[in-house]
Amino acid sequence: MDTISLAFYALAFLIIAAAIFVVTSKNIFHSAIYLILALFGVAGIYVLLQAPFLAAAQVLIYVGAVSMLMIFAIMLTARIADQTIRHTNEQVPTGLLVSLGLLAVIVYSLWQTPFAISSDPMPEGAGGTLGKLLLTQFALPFEIVSVLLLGALIGAVVIAKKDSVRREPEAPMTPLPKSAEKVAG
Amino acid sequence: MVSDFAAVAVFLGLGVGFVLITFLLAKLVSPSAPNAIKNSTYECGETPFGSAWIQFNVRFYIFALIFVVFDVEAVFLFPWAIAYRSLGLFAFVEMLVFIAILIFGLLYAWRKGVLKWY
Repeated sequence: MDTISLAFYALAFLIIAAAIFVVTSKNIFHSAIYLILALFGVAGIYVLLQAPFLAAAQVLIYVGAVSMLMIFAIMLTARIADQTIRHTNEQVPTGLLVSLGLLAVIVYSLWQTPFAISSDPMPEGAGGTLGKLLLTQFALPFEIVSVLLLGALIGAVVIAKKDSVRREPEAPMTPLPKSAEKVAG
Repeated sequence: MVSDFAAVAVFLGLGVGFVLITFLLAKLVSPSAPNAIKNSTYECGETPFGSAWIQFNVRFYIFALIFVVFDVEAVFLFPWAIAYRSLGLFAFVEMLVFIAILIFGLLYAWRKGVLKWY
């Protein structure tokens, strides 16, 4: 087995194992951590597929940003420590049936699709080509992305503002005890 | 191309291995004599109180969201930077517009006072 296949199987094992831990882990915070591991493995798969820009975007956006948002959402959840909160699915048989059906559909469509394999060499510096296309042919969608992000930002501000106003009576931070005046090292 | 990432794999392996071996070594050679004080959470010498599982202040979330927006912006900066030399001033103006639109969002958040920490 060559190195590429070895790397692929190692990454596939990592992703599947991490994904199983995501759904079976008892602590929702641990699930989030395992999800980061799975997403990181997907970035490795992108590298193997010779798409380093996609891998970098995966690490920056999914591993860096999306997972962080999830961890924030968990930490902001009220009564997170209560043992009564269950996040394991009670409908395992139904879920299994649905996911097996989905698997069958995916395998069937993969089987039926004739994948054209190009014999051309990989274009050097795909990131540069992407950048050139983004700034010339797709200049308008590129700028619209900015507007979309602006919308997300303003929406977040509006929602968070409303929420923090409602919470105003509560003390925003736990007052430090007297002993905190000692120099923390 | 892919082999360029072999160095990344080596670093990853060394990083994970270093932590695992250190933990294993500590487990093997250190004597185990736990007591209540040793088992308590280390908070730089402070006496820990309460649970770490508290509900965090919602204001943290807006900072997280602003980070995500500028994180996505950073992703677009990389292909722009590679193509910049061949496109020149036009690319510069385009990225300026892109960032300016986002700066408005940051200004909005600032003016609305969500960046202030009471």
